[in-house]
Amino acid sequence: MSVTQATPTPGRERKWVGKSIRRVEDPKFLTGRGGYVDDLVLPGMLHAAVLRSPHAHARITRIDVEAARRLPGVAAVVTGAEAAELCNPMPDFGPAPDKHVWRCLAVDKVRHVGEGVAVVVAESRYLAEDARDLIEVEYEPLPVVADPIAALEPTAPLVHEALGSNLAYQRTFVFGEVERDFAEADLVVRDHLRWRRSGGQPLETVGAVADYDPATGMLTIHCNSLTFTHFLFMLANTLKVPANRLDVRPAPAGGSFGSKFWAVKVAAIAGMLAKKLGRPVKLIEDRVDNITNCDHHGSDRIYDVELAVMKDGTLRGIKFDVVDDYGAYIQFGTGTHGNSLAQCVGPYRIGSVQYAVRAVLTNKCQQGAHRGFGSEVTNWAIERMVDLAARELGLDPVEIRRRNFIRPEQFPYFIPSGNVYDSGNYEGVMDTALRLADYDHWRREQERLRREGRYIGIGVISCQERSVFSATEFWFWFDEPAAKVTSAPESVTLSVDPTGGVTATLYSNAFWGNSSDTVVAQLVAEEFDVDPHSVNVVYSGSNRGLPATGPGGSRFTVMVAGAVNGAAARIKEKARKVAGHVLEVDPEDLEWAEGGFRVKGAPDRRLSLAEIALQTYLFKHSLPDEIETGLEASKVYDHPYTTMPSDDRSNLGVFYPFVGNACHVPVIEVDPETGAISYLKYVAVHDAGTMVNPRGLEGQIIGGTAHGIGTALFEEYVYDRDGQLLTTSYMDYLIPSAMEVPEVVVGHQETPSPFTVHGIKGGGEGGRMMTPAALSAAIDDALAPLGVRCTELPATPERIRRWIEEARARGGGTMSG
Amino acid sequence: MTDRHRIALTVNGRPCEAEVESRRLLVDFLREDLGLKGAHIGCEHGVCGTCTVLMNGESIRSCITFAVQANGSSILTVEGLSGDGRLHPLQEAFWDHQALQCGYCTPGMLLRAYEFLQENPRPTPDQVRAAIASNLCRCTGYQFIVEAVLDAARRLETAGAGRGQEPAAPRA
Repeated sequence: MSVTQATPTPGRERKWVGKSIRRVEDPKFLTGRGGYVDDLVLPGMLHAAVLRSPHAHARITRIDVEAARRLPGVAAVVTGAEAAELCNPMPDFGPAPDKHVWRCLAVDKVRHVGEGVAVVVAESRYLAEDARDLIEVEYEPLPVVADPIAALEPTAPLVHEALGSNLAYQRTFVFGEVERDFAEADLVVRDHLRWRRSGGQPLETVGAVADYDPATGMLTIHCNSLTFTHFLFMLANTLKVPANRLDVRPAPAGGSFGSKFWAVKVAAIAGMLAKKLGRPVKLIEDRVDNITNCDHHGSDRIYDVELAVMKDGTLRGIKFDVVDDYGAYIQFGTGTHGNSLAQCVGPYRIGSVQYAVRAVLTNKCQQGAHRGFGSEVTNWAIERMVDLAARELGLDPVEIRRRNFIRPEQFPYFIPSGNVYDSGNYEGVMDTALRLADYDHWRREQERLRREGRYIGIGVISCQERSVFSATEFWFWFDEPAAKVTSAPESVTLSVDPTGGVTATLYSNAFWGNSSDTVVAQLVAEEFDVDPHSVNVVYSGSNRGLPATGPGGSRFTVMVAGAVNGAAARIKEKARKVAGHVLEVDPEDLEWAEGGFRVKGAPDRRLSLAEIALQTYLFKHSLPDEIETGLEASKVYDHPYTTMPSDDRSNLGVFYPFVGNACHVPVIEVDPETGAISYLKYVAVHDAGTMVNPRGLEGQIIGGTAHGIGTALFEEYVYDRDGQLLTTSYMDYLIPSAMEVPEVVVGHQETPSPFTVHGIKGGGEGGRMMTPAALSAAIDDALAPLGVRCTELPATPERIRRWIEEARARGGGTMSG
Repeated sequence: MTDRHRIALTVNGRPCEAEVESRRLLVDFLREDLGLKGAHIGCEHGVCGTCTVLMNGESIRSCITFAVQANGSSILTVEGLSGDGRLHPLQEAFWDHQALQCGYCTPGMLLRAYEFLQENPRPTPDQVRAAIASNLCRCTGYQFIVEAVLDAARRLETAGAGRGQEPAAPRA
């Protein structure tokens, strides 16, 4: 067990943490000098293009690449079979990697539309695509399994024959006295819920530029999607290079939203080609590649949920039975359900949980991460059920929540799965949201406008935002895991130059829009009383790097704050000794103030950081023996609060401990004739602990809300029954524009975490983790007179129209419209 | 694939001549041949607006425009928006309002906003929202972009016509 108690600095004493400064990274992005991976040009660089499968499931009976190889300007064509000679299988964290083998290109058969079957390398991308068109592939189509329920039938076609079924993983977890709670309940509400797949879809796709030096054996891969530097030995194994000859260098990512969280396939293909050819190779996914063959489609779940309730609205227990369609591969196993289990009771005192999960393989692109990593789906499911219970009991949605919230004095609060909620004030968040939304006013307006035949709906939801995963969630699924990994660290090096200038070196691919440079600059400024815009933030390659996990699971700010704090303490410890020696006082008689050390009680006897730094660089032999030249320190900050799961997995331990909360209140109008939704108000109040840059967090909340609107109303990767993907461009996969997104009124509450430096919690995913539940509630509320209930997302206009027709057919509806 | 054409155009105020394949896309010409990396490739179907540049003062999708179509035109990219080491008021406003996160849509969004403010120097918030709906942003939810464009309009008005608002490229 590892628990670190951090004492938060009182807010009034902070100088830079909590200030909405302009972002330090912005000038380069504003002037077109972002340095994204596709901007990189290396001498002699070649360009690659991948040939994708048009079939969802087919045996590859012949590939003829001769005409492609003969095309002038083509350097190489590599088929899947040849790639299997050049590379080992991809790094795979799934349940049985040897039985659902994932390779960078398909061998023998393709398992989803878009899967790569060959790759061409040429002098330009144009030539590579010309040559790609000359490759002849003969396929023998196989029966397709595109429906996850049908995939579980014993006669279903197998996605992976070696697995013997399409069920990659199943387990039922029981936490607490769930049968007792259900037996004692006054009411059990049940529903069937469907969350369809969507994805991060950043405007920049995944890309890599690989460069191999045959003389040294060094393989360098510049890319926008790889971090977890302490796991990169797995990529080295895939590429058959020694782990100490692989250097992965981070490029800023033009958005990720989960989709660049360890997206390894593109880097592997580029690396394979560079190593084969001894020349730099660039591979940038085009949009069709990214939509059909990325590493990270999002959750695709079918739920049967039961919630046990008392007449007074007390929530007793909840049972989830979820089938999740993982697609053709399962690289992260059921990690998305670990996220669900981290907050499987929402913000409520629900005493028991049963969680049955079946992970199914089908002929679709594989699942990975999507902003929320699966916990956003559980948020939606919980809130759908709480709303159903409120409707059955005749309770206002505000009231049922108020009666069940975990109380501020109950923190830290252990939920039935074993995870802890560190701190919170959920009622405070909800009350702020209701006030900002003018809830009572809108209830009156709703009443009035209903009489005019208008369908106004108000949603009120309260959900959790878990942050900062620990490594146990990778393996607590199994009784006998392959490796009981214990930490997911983040590291930083702080270097003070002889003039006092500070450089912060980061070790992960930390920038994907999340203001990593600004956050670090503010944290450094807080430690050393320097202008954050003076801090130089740089990124190290992995080869000489310290272990770093990078963003994902809303972890980066919390973790890097710990690393900066630790490294700064080491620098100050050395600086104190030097200053004590120079000022001829006991170092313990010094105090840090205003950018230097001063003698307690004699504030004019002081040395600035620059003066101390100069001493350490130039005058080593005038200093105590133990002082080495220079002023630099590193800190590997390990996960501050992880506990191990119990052997029987009736308790999963603490694995996602810093838990924020939010309340969203949308006020919408639904047009029952078209199914269209318009906004009258949208309020989002979040508690992400102490804020580092409030404006930056607000931007993520608003952006996450827009993203969640896409998930709730528009975005879907639609596969037909033959496994054809029907949404392969932005003309079909609908990302909200400015016209589909309301102005969001943002409110904050800051309940510091007792376990993190400055009390910070993660906040990058929160918007999207709330909006689907909030809009579903608002749609229900708007169409309550018709008896409509939103049980499927995205709630497209077509689906809303269908629900209205179905409700009318059932005899629902007390008013015209 | 050997059909090549000589084109002559003005890019960010500077004359430029080149020989290009007829199929060469303008965005690739700008990025690869001229090294102007500020034009980004997003959806490659003309939907997202990430690749937006101005041709003769009007926004176009450079990912579905051929370089030969730019022959004789004046192109403005984000690199031409700032000059002499000074940011354009739009860029300043985007910075002040945190109107960007990952920055990938930002050049296209800046150029669309620049075009729009030329047409409508005193827009309402709703007009700004409608104007930038041509360009997708996955990070911000647009709100701070709307605020930034409105603020830029005020700054440009305060600065007065011709001062601090004209980019390096002359408008055709």
